[in-house]
Amino acid sequence: MRVVAAMSGGVDSAVAAARMLDAGHEVVGVHLALSQNAARLRESARGCCTIEDAGDARRVADRLGIPFYVWDMAARFRRDVMDDFAAEYAAGRTPNPCLRCNERIKFSALLDKAVALGFDAVATGHYARIVEGHQGRELHRAVDLAKDQSYVLGVLTTDQLARAFFPLGDTTKPQIRLEAAERGFSIAKKPDSHDICFIPDGDTRGFLTRHLGEQPGELVDAVTGAVVGEHSGSYGFTVGQRRGLGLDRSGLDGSPRYVVGVDGPRNRVLIGTADLLGVDVIVGDHVRWCGPPPEGAAAVGAQIRAHGEEVPATAYVEGGELHVRLAERMRGVAPGQSVVLYEGTRVVGSATIARTATARSQD
Amino acid sequence: MPHHTLRLPGPLPEPKGGVVAGPYHGWMPETSVRTYLDHAATTPMVPAAVEAWLAATAQVGNPSSLHASGRRARALLEESRERVAAVLDAHPSEVVFTSGGTEADNLAITGTYAARTAAHPRARAVVTSSIEHHAVLEAVEALEPRGAVVRLVAPDGHGEVRVDSVASAIEEIEAGGAAPALVTVMWANNEIGTIQPVQQVAALARERGIPVHSDAVQAVGPCGLSFRQSGLDLLSLSGHKLGGPMGIGALLVSRDARIDPIVHGGGHERGLRSGTVPVALVAALAAALEDVGARRAHETERLIALRDRLIGGALDLDLGIVVGGAWTAGSARDRLPGNAHLIVPGCEPDSLMFLLDAAGIEASTGSACQAGVPGRSHVLDALGVDSTQPVGVVRLTLGHSSTAADVDRAVDALATCVPQARTAYTVSA
Repeated sequence: MRVVAAMSGGVDSAVAAARMLDAGHEVVGVHLALSQNAARLRESARGCCTIEDAGDARRVADRLGIPFYVWDMAARFRRDVMDDFAAEYAAGRTPNPCLRCNERIKFSALLDKAVALGFDAVATGHYARIVEGHQGRELHRAVDLAKDQSYVLGVLTTDQLARAFFPLGDTTKPQIRLEAAERGFSIAKKPDSHDICFIPDGDTRGFLTRHLGEQPGELVDAVTGAVVGEHSGSYGFTVGQRRGLGLDRSGLDGSPRYVVGVDGPRNRVLIGTADLLGVDVIVGDHVRWCGPPPEGAAAVGAQIRAHGEEVPATAYVEGGELHVRLAERMRGVAPGQSVVLYEGTRVVGSATIARTATARSQD
Repeated sequence: MPHHTLRLPGPLPEPKGGVVAGPYHGWMPETSVRTYLDHAATTPMVPAAVEAWLAATAQVGNPSSLHASGRRARALLEESRERVAAVLDAHPSEVVFTSGGTEADNLAITGTYAARTAAHPRARAVVTSSIEHHAVLEAVEALEPRGAVVRLVAPDGHGEVRVDSVASAIEEIEAGGAAPALVTVMWANNEIGTIQPVQQVAALARERGIPVHSDAVQAVGPCGLSFRQSGLDLLSLSGHKLGGPMGIGALLVSRDARIDPIVHGGGHERGLRSGTVPVALVAALAAALEDVGARRAHETERLIALRDRLIGGALDLDLGIVVGGAWTAGSARDRLPGNAHLIVPGCEPDSLMFLLDAAGIEASTGSACQAGVPGRSHVLDALGVDSTQPVGVVRLTLGHSSTAADVDRAVDALATCVPQARTAYTVSA
């Protein structure tokens, strides 16, 4: 097949490209320019999108003897990922930009462009596996559970999966580093990228403040409705957050207080004790299936953040929404996050969390 | 003493610490038949230049040394300087060798500004066109912290910087109580190939005593210009754009030009450009210039015919392709003989470049790249091309190795690549 290997300049995507070539595909390396004013050099180990990174990817392509191009998707990335990220926070939700990037950039804008230019598929260095099941292609967790990235791929549809390759899913990260060194890639020891690529300093609140401006508002007790403090923008808070509330005392009974809700439109942050954080009903929209949709109520595992734990649950669709009934309460479930459903190692599908509840309140 | 020459090199050595690129047997560029139509980026060295370089580089000798080897190197350097001067109708003492066109532009602009403002503190305006190469535009911008006031003159819709526009700019500066330190207008544009009225601009500047420079990097090969008749004080050229090697260029500096050096340390090249002169590169540049000069009349006619065949073929595809800049069939008066600049609405430049590359056609957008991404062209902006719409741009430039078969392959490739690039834009926008 003719395959675009998306090459960030990191170790994983380099080995992925090499493996696609070994497998006999016709491979072209493509680095996505996602920043409209990329820095020339990496300033820390965290970012991944400098011109130096593009150069690293190019040198791997040289080594492999494959053509290499840089495709400018900065405008699209800004609109579909960065602006969306800020808008979601402004609305009181907690988005996952990596998931959004996979959904709208890597397996949409990039894949569509690649197909239009004559390619059959896109390969990336994600840690996840594609398995040919009897009902078609299935997305599974990587064997290296510590690196597993199936969560951020849980938004991909069967059509997108049909044109995706994840050549690293059967290998652990340490083995990938060894392989990179054996292949002579100069980047074999390059540090992993962390956090959000467009916030290389890790200061999400600072990024949001630059995008959205200061928006002073009130911290409100979730139970009594009393104003207990002030904040400079509700977008800086996420459900389950304890630090940075600026409260000089805990609750009346002395127990710690948390963000239990963010009301974006009214710019209010709801504060409460830990018992208000536990939920066992999640309702999500924007439902995606990575294979055949389950019929009726399905016994699944539910995961709500990239490296979070999987909780047993029952899931069913009602009125176009996904209802997930957790077997035990989970804390820190924020609207905007994705709930990804698993059946064993297989990714069943996902939804964007719209609201949560406890079963008692539903009864 | 017989000249000792190197044999032509065998396979290139493997990169240090690495394996050379593995064999690649795909559909993709690395192994397919290539049609090179990017001569404005760089053009193959002519055999005479390769031979001159090989002969000279095999010999030891620093032209500044006083012993026999040094004298031999110096003799070759000065002989080459005389040959360069002869081809360009300049005096040998007016030829200052540099590392290339970019350095020549920087020396001309920075060095003249320094000397001029020292002598005339009010003369702080720099007049240039908005379609200059970045070597000029950024050298000029870099003077702003030193008090320079930059005045960009826009071209007309055909890509010509009109003399009356330059005159108005100068008059406005003088009316404001300031004075121009320098006027610099390129001889031929590197993207759209339009030829500028440099001699008229030079006459205008000279009658007002303003130093005048022209970046002639794209023009020296095809245009057959005379430095003496140009009226210029300063003219930049580059070796590898005309069949010579990379790493060598020259600034022609008239004998009465007032200019300060920007690189110090040894006083080479009339005290304007310190650093050991690469004699072999200079010898190759001289050989290339002579070779190009001897073939120019015939070559110009040949390239005009090829260019017109290419532009005509592209327009006949009925794909909405437009020619960027002035084009008169059968003429090299308003446009370089080897430049076909095609504007292709409705697609992205990188898609078009990719598809052409895959089809074996080596072209360019003509604008500067940042980390492999073609930047938005300031030349297209100056021409008034709508920047809110996607615009594919293909600069196909012909040179001494180009053939009619090259041109026909390019037109055939455009016929399939343009619709496909438009589809790619539609799906990924």
